[in-house]
Amino acid sequence: MSLEVKPMFSSSSLKSGDGFSDQFPVGLRVLVVDDDPTCLRIMEKMLGNCLYEVTKCNCAELALQYLRDNKNGVDVVISDVHMPDMDGFKLLEQVGLEMDLPVIMMSADDSKDVVMKGVTHGACDYLIKPVRMEAIKNIWQHVVRKKKHEGKDKDFVNSGGVEDEDQKQKVFEDGDYSSSANEGNSNSRKRKVEEDDDAEERDDVSTHKKPRVVWTSELHVKFMNAVDKLGIEKAVPKKILELMNVPALSRENVASHLQVEQFFHHNRRVDSITRFMGPPNAAFGNASAFNGVDIQGLAAARQLQQQNLAAIQAAALGRASTKVSVSLPSHDNRNIFNFENPRLNNDNKQIDLLHGIPTTMDPKQLASLRQSASTFGHMNMHVPSPAVQNNPSMNQMLQQSRIQGLNGQSLNAAINSNHVSNLPANVVQSVLSTAIPSTVLGRNGIGNVQGPVYTSSSVPSSGVGLITEFPSNSFSFLSNSGTPAVTSKGMFQNMKSEIRGPRALVPSHGAFNELNMNMIQDWGMQNAGLTFESPLRSNMGVLGISPSTLVQQGFSSNSKNVQGQSKSPIVNSSLSENPLRNEDERIPNTGFENGLFPEQYIQEDDLMTALLKQQDGTGHVEGEFGFGGFHLDTLPQ
Amino acid sequence: MERNQLRRQAAYMRKALFDQGDLDDQFIQLEDLQDEANPTFVEEVVNLFYSDSARFIENIELIMHNGPSDFEKLDNIMHQFKGSSSSIGAKKVKKECTQFQECCKAGNFEGCKKALKEVKQEHAALRRKLESYLQVFQILYKKLGHIKRVRS
Repeated sequence: MSLEVKPMFSSSSLKSGDGFSDQFPVGLRVLVVDDDPTCLRIMEKMLGNCLYEVTKCNCAELALQYLRDNKNGVDVVISDVHMPDMDGFKLLEQVGLEMDLPVIMMSADDSKDVVMKGVTHGACDYLIKPVRMEAIKNIWQHVVRKKKHEGKDKDFVNSGGVEDEDQKQKVFEDGDYSSSANEGNSNSRKRKVEEDDDAEERDDVSTHKKPRVVWTSELHVKFMNAVDKLGIEKAVPKKILELMNVPALSRENVASHLQVEQFFHHNRRVDSITRFMGPPNAAFGNASAFNGVDIQGLAAARQLQQQNLAAIQAAALGRASTKVSVSLPSHDNRNIFNFENPRLNNDNKQIDLLHGIPTTMDPKQLASLRQSASTFGHMNMHVPSPAVQNNPSMNQMLQQSRIQGLNGQSLNAAINSNHVSNLPANVVQSVLSTAIPSTVLGRNGIGNVQGPVYTSSSVPSSGVGLITEFPSNSFSFLSNSGTPAVTSKGMFQNMKSEIRGPRALVPSHGAFNELNMNMIQDWGMQNAGLTFESPLRSNMGVLGISPSTLVQQGFSSNSKNVQGQSKSPIVNSSLSENPLRNEDERIPNTGFENGLFPEQYIQEDDLMTALLKQQDGTGHVEGEFGFGGFHLDTLPQ
Repeated sequence: MERNQLRRQAAYMRKALFDQGDLDDQFIQLEDLQDEANPTFVEEVVNLFYSDSARFIENIELIMHNGPSDFEKLDNIMHQFKGSSSSIGAKKVKKECTQFQECCKAGNFEGCKKALKEVKQEHAALRRKLESYLQVFQILYKKLGHIKRVRS
């Protein structure tokens, strides 16, 4: 397959291969972060004119949160360098570490050292403000480049095809010359070197100063596959590494990941550990030594949790025997599903992941929890025992648990126990939804186009009327799905915020109001804290109401009327008026809130205060609904 | 107003703005972005700029109020203001911002005060000019329906 370096790819397949549709780069999903509203607006328009799907955000923390919540929902990030809440370079680093997305920096500052800083921190490109249309047009190249990198890895593992490798390497070279501050060049060469010599590569790699390895779901899945294959006793880092066959990974990476895994398994009974990881002593040393270090383990493996959630969900998906016949945009997804299925036999010894959870629980609940828990045995499930002692109900247990992983698992269990029948459809929807974020997560900044934006290659026909209904007027598919899976995400966020406390997370409540609201509708449970303007919002996206209308409606119905406060005669009042600038009261307007912010403007707002106030009243929200396993955005990893 | 008259007036005003160095190429980029879906884009952005940029100046004045202090901070704020100004093509304003930043770097407080004054002046002057221009421009755009025709 030859790659021409021009916007339209003559790709043979939409689904496999390079994963780009014929329409690429139309629908490229861009997240632009800048605290300057003027610039943000201009960027939004410019990107919109390129037919990209734009999400704008004026706060780095929120942007990060958005990215975390919408894994695989964004293709490229453009960020300003100088921002009040977080240095642009820090954001750049974080994004690189956590999501490994291409990040483009921009600034009015064109001094050499700043540009150099961008390069060294891993920016794909550096744009000088004021940004011109010509500069924006070509950003898609960074996405391609990055995808090629990843694609190579996966193909490596999946097909082991030498041809692919060669082709992709060739592609590297073709694509590499066009960017100004081109990280891709050095990366591709590095990879080429690495692939050439398997044995030596690790040494080479470890001597390079390379970025910290992010244990993504795919990596973890490979890891687990390797461990499984080797058998616990033989699962030594070196062998695991060999089996994993990921060029950029070093033995040290694997070793430390192995340690982390051990950390999280120490609470399990021996039999379960044996099943999945072998006798504690064999490979892991004294597991009992880990007891009581929950928090540290938690902190250390926090990153893993998110990916584990994805795995949990995948497991749940498989568990529900859903034939997910979705061809997801990236190989990653398939990996997850494939990985999970073999494990889903109920012959598994029951892992008592609920160690420490009191038996005052409804035995039926407990049994079902255990049953589903076994599915996730290999995942990072950590049960902090003390916290849960006093809570008979699962709800409260969830509330007090401090780990997302646990929550996900338990909630998921609840799903499985209570709503198995509903699961497949919901799951499918959620999977699909996640897999097709691009069709919806964008604003209608595109001329007079009402047609679909980027139709992801993976849109299956079944049961996804969600997608087709959406005009480019960005509105989240999630709002219409009303699935528990969807809402679980909201719950995750809620829990997270509750647990962690940082402000950055709290606002995410706002993002999932829609979801929670749907959830309420679905399950007939009232969650006061998350009630939101339901009728208005659930209809917005589908009707394709013009952005300005939506904004005004949304505002007036809930918070103080921001629009009303606007003093300047702006026609399409954006949300960036000064009255809105209230540092402490902002919401990340993620794609899920598009009903309210059709421009998908992630910004905190007075809305949030209202929501937060409601939130404060309720302590625990999530537990009742028994979701949580389906953190949508982590699904298509 | 008759179309041709309008056209001429808009063209004249526009030319003046560019010739006198009030606006630069970036403003043209803005105009190019105006289209059917966003028929008042230029006006919107300009308004956005003016409602937002006020805070920069306020902040700077606040800091400077108590005498020479944190030049780096002043420089940072002005840098942001400059970035914002440049995004609408406010050429003269941008120039004065640079001047201010030079004074900051030199630790020249008096120079900063003067430069700030200039910045404010240019900032205000541009606002007036743009308001007038945009009025005509907007009417014309509405009539002609396309930015290219407005400029021809």
